[in-house]
Amino acid sequence: MNPAPSIVFFTTASGAGYGLLFWLGLLRPVGLVPQVPAFALLCLALALLLITAGLASSLLHLGNPQRAWRAFSQWRSSWLSREGVAAVATYIPALLFGTALLTGRPGLATIAGLVAALGAVVTVWCTGMIYASLKPIPQWHHPLVAPGYLLLAAYTGMALLAAVSAIGGVVAGPASFIVTLGLAGLVLKIAYWRLVDGGMGRSSAESATSLGFIGRVRPLDPPHTETNYLLREMGFRIARKHAAKLRNLTLLLGFGGPVLLALLATQLGFGGLLLPLAALLALGGMLLERWLMFAEARHTVTLYYRGT
Amino acid sequence: MTCLPEITPGAKKLGLVIDLDTCVGCQGCATSCKEWNASGHSAPLPDYKPYSAGAEGVWFNRVHSYEAGEGADGRTVHFPRSCLHCETPACVTVCPTGASYKRGEDGIVLVDHDICIGCGLCAWACPYGAREMDEDQGVMKKCTLCVDRIYNETIPEAQRQPACVLACPTKARHFGDLGDPESKVSRLVAERGGQPLMPELGYGPVNSYLPPRRRADTQPVEDAPTPMDIKNPVLRWMDRVLSR
Repeated sequence: MNPAPSIVFFTTASGAGYGLLFWLGLLRPVGLVPQVPAFALLCLALALLLITAGLASSLLHLGNPQRAWRAFSQWRSSWLSREGVAAVATYIPALLFGTALLTGRPGLATIAGLVAALGAVVTVWCTGMIYASLKPIPQWHHPLVAPGYLLLAAYTGMALLAAVSAIGGVVAGPASFIVTLGLAGLVLKIAYWRLVDGGMGRSSAESATSLGFIGRVRPLDPPHTETNYLLREMGFRIARKHAAKLRNLTLLLGFGGPVLLALLATQLGFGGLLLPLAALLALGGMLLERWLMFAEARHTVTLYYRGT
Repeated sequence: MTCLPEITPGAKKLGLVIDLDTCVGCQGCATSCKEWNASGHSAPLPDYKPYSAGAEGVWFNRVHSYEAGEGADGRTVHFPRSCLHCETPACVTVCPTGASYKRGEDGIVLVDHDICIGCGLCAWACPYGAREMDEDQGVMKKCTLCVDRIYNETIPEAQRQPACVLACPTKARHFGDLGDPESKVSRLVAERGGQPLMPELGYGPVNSYLPPRRRADTQPVEDAPTPMDIKNPVLRWMDRVLSR
């Protein structure tokens, strides 16, 4: 699948934004993050900035962005529509949360924060399900894909929360969260890659052409001599050349690095320097992970063109 | 509305039956499809850089050629690929806007180009590569089963068929109601053992592909020459003498 930069950026930025919103809404009432309103306001502003930038970027992917409002209508059948509805709906408690913080109403801030956290989970789940519901792409139509989107959003969101909180002087709690979530992400990615490697699921050139009863099927003449939309959009194949290296780089930079920095910050101090660096590494790693998620995915239409 | 119409037994299911035994891969169906659909319901059907290197464009019908099997049992099969107008098309249900829809009255899957936002998700959801983006207009396009021909009362009745079916010189393409078990196309599918494509994905494709017929097991054998095969009387005489 073609890793369109607008979508790679969208799911990374919005994912991290929703993750940050989730942890802020959830951890603030239980006192695990600094309680000064300025901290929550800064985190909220960062979360909404990332979410909005991501959603704006996703509009660039559309052929007719001016009609994007129509995408709110088909939530009964479409995960993309549900994502749109959930994304916009989450703005309401998030903005209410901010207003309550500004006007000094702690009760309302807690409730709005918790509702916003729920909205964040629902939105990211919908994003994951857009991919997980697509049967022609075996690497996406997999039970680990939607939970993976949730976990990685939680991880990058926590990395951002920890960075802001470390600048404010609170290090130990958020750092231990980074270690836990980072290691969970590492295990999930390794498990996912082991499970999806090798094959196109149940489909083959034989089932795609119904000619399997004769024997093995292989393409002889292509239907066109130049490329086309299908090959550009779904036959992207640069990544497989460097896939192994890029996967290692993702694990090392995206998960290993931040976990190590978080551990160092708890042991040696310098949290205000190390945790923001950890957040940058985690986000960079996520861009790489998302790029691979697309570039390594194989669509069944390639069976018609390549036979394997 | 991207929820699917209820599947009722006996409901009309218009579709194509494609005979892989007689298709000669001439590309006639693909070109006539392009010609018809460049105007009408799906117009325009763009070509990018049509007069220079890297020419490409939107086509609803692509004819592949495959080799199947090995050695003497192997054969070349020409394989036209287009929308199968599935019974449960995910390309419709994933659409966030309602632009993609399946008609209840005849099962044709269409796109409303005035509503489509060009997100491309339906093309990802189609395992068969039936949908291609019109990158000039920013909307998705696909085979309409020539909805602007088959009900068109301004053209002679015999021509109210998809352009690809009319163009096929070997009559390898058949159009009809696959929901009616007594229709010509349904009987053809039953007689010849028509096959769905990628049935394992559960999309319920309506179009059916008739498998290439098995070759006769006995190969033609050259008979031993008779004296009358030799036309020259002198040589015939020599043959008789030498055969003693």
